[in-house]
Amino acid sequence: MATNPKAPLKTPPPVPATHTKIFETLVELIRVTSTNLPPDVRNSVTTALEKEKSGTAGEYAMKVIQRNIDIACGVSQPLCQDTGSILFFVKTPVGYDQITFSEVCEAAVAKATELGYLRQNSVDSITGQNSGNNLGPGTPTIYFEQHRSEDLDIRLALKGGGCENVGAQYSLPDSRLGAGRDLDGVRKVVLDAVYQAQGKGCGPGILGVVIGGDRSTGFSYSKKLFLRTMEETNSDPRLAELEQRILQEANSLGIGPMGFGGNTTLLGVKVAALNRLPASFFVSVSYMCWAFRRQGLKANSDGTIKEWIYK
Amino acid sequence: MREIKLTLPITEEQVRSLNVGDMVLLSGVLYTGRDAVHKHLYEGKSIPVDIRGSAIYHCGPVVVKTPEGEWSVRAAGPTTSSREEPYQATVIEKYGIRAVIGKGGMGAKTLKACQDFGCVYLHAVGGAAQVLAETVKKVRGVSMLEEFGSPEAIWELEVVDFPALVTIDAHGSSLHADIASSSEQRLAEVIGSKK
Repeated sequence: MATNPKAPLKTPPPVPATHTKIFETLVELIRVTSTNLPPDVRNSVTTALEKEKSGTAGEYAMKVIQRNIDIACGVSQPLCQDTGSILFFVKTPVGYDQITFSEVCEAAVAKATELGYLRQNSVDSITGQNSGNNLGPGTPTIYFEQHRSEDLDIRLALKGGGCENVGAQYSLPDSRLGAGRDLDGVRKVVLDAVYQAQGKGCGPGILGVVIGGDRSTGFSYSKKLFLRTMEETNSDPRLAELEQRILQEANSLGIGPMGFGGNTTLLGVKVAALNRLPASFFVSVSYMCWAFRRQGLKANSDGTIKEWIYK
Repeated sequence: MREIKLTLPITEEQVRSLNVGDMVLLSGVLYTGRDAVHKHLYEGKSIPVDIRGSAIYHCGPVVVKTPEGEWSVRAAGPTTSSREEPYQATVIEKYGIRAVIGKGGMGAKTLKACQDFGCVYLHAVGGAAQVLAETVKKVRGVSMLEEFGSPEAIWELEVVDFPALVTIDAHGSSLHADIASSSEQRLAEVIGSKK
C-alpha cells in the first residue's frame, strides 16, 4: 500500500477483460525499467569507474553508483527514488485501438505506483496537490506511432527531475558563446549546457541533442534519442564526429561524477537533426542522469511478451 | 580521503573539524525536508519535530506501509539542493541544524551561513537511492504528510553509516565553487572564447 495522504484526483480507468495481459505486461515493463538498468548503460558505468583515479571523490561516486545499480536490481526496488517523468514510446499495428491502450497504460502506472515501483510524482501545478497515483493532466506521457507490423513495440524511459531541470535550449546565433549557425556553434552551446549543469544533473550524464525543429519538436525528439543504445554509432558521419568531439571535450571539463571532479562528466552524446524554419536555429539539449532507466519490449497485440529490447 | 563517523545530533565543534573532501558516515536521526518544508520554515512556521543539532536531508523518499502497518523506506536518494538556496541560510540560522544533506551543491548564501553558524553541506550520491535506503534502519515518524504529500513530508529517519562527502565546510570552502571555476576556464579554452 502506498503512502497516499489524499484520495487520488483521478481514478485509474478500469481494465477491460480483453486487456488484462497488456496491463500485466505494462506493470512488468515499469518494474524492470525502474529497478534494472539495461546492459549497455551498465557497461558505460563500469568503464567510467575504471577511468577514475583511485582514492578520489570521483571514484568514490562511481563506486556508490555501481553498488546502487546492483542492489536495486537484486531487491527489485527503484534504482532512484525519483522515478521521474514517465515517457512511453509506443508503436502499434495500423488500426489498433490507442484510446483503450492509453487507459490500460494509466491503470498500469497507478498499479506500479501502488506497488512502489514509481514514486507519487504527479503534482497539480496550481494547488500543489500530489495526485497520489501519477495520473493527471500530462502524466504519464505516451508517444504513439503506427507501424506495419502485427506486434506492439513498447518502450519506456523514466527521467528524473534533477536532470530534466538542467536541460537547455539555445537559439543560434549566440553571441555570448560566439556560437554561429553551424555544427561548431552547436558544439559550443552543448558544451555550455554541460558546464551550466555542473553536477546538478546527476552525472555522468547522457545527452540527447536535437539541432533544428521548433521549441517543442526539438525537445521531444531529444528525449526520443534516449532510445538509442550507448554503443550505437550515429548513421550520419558528420553527427557521429560531433558526438565524439563533444564527449571528449565535455569530459575534459573535469566536472566529473556528481560534480565531484574527475575524468567522466558524460557517458555519451546522441545527436539528431530536424529541418528548421529559415528564421530559427534551435539546439535542444536533454540531459539524462547516470540512472538512465530505459527498457522496451515487443509483444503480441494481446500483450504477451515476445522479447525484451534492451537485454 | 578521510573517513569520519559521526552520530547525530552533532556539536558546532564537530562540524568545524570537518573539511571539504572528508567522507562522513552518519548515524542517528535525521529529517527529510525539501521544497515545501523549506518554504514553510523560511516563513517562520513551526514544525512538530525538533531538528536542532541534527541534519536536514533534501530527499523525497519512496515509503510504503508494510502489512504490519510499519513505514518502510524503499528508495531514499537526495534531490537537487539548489532549489533550497533562497531558504537554506535562514533555516540553518533559525533552526540550528548542523548539516544539510543533498546533491548538486549550494550557493554563496548557504556557504556563508555554514561559516557563520557552524554547518556543513554533505553531498550524497544522487540517484543512489538503494545504497542510501539500506542505511535507513527505521522510520521514527512522519510530519506534514497530509499537507505536503509523501515526497515533501518530514520523514524522521534512523540511519546507520549513511555515506556522504563534505563539499561545503564551515571554513568557507566549497568544492562546487572550485569545480565551477576550473571547468569554466577549461570551457573557455575549448570553445575559444575569452573569459
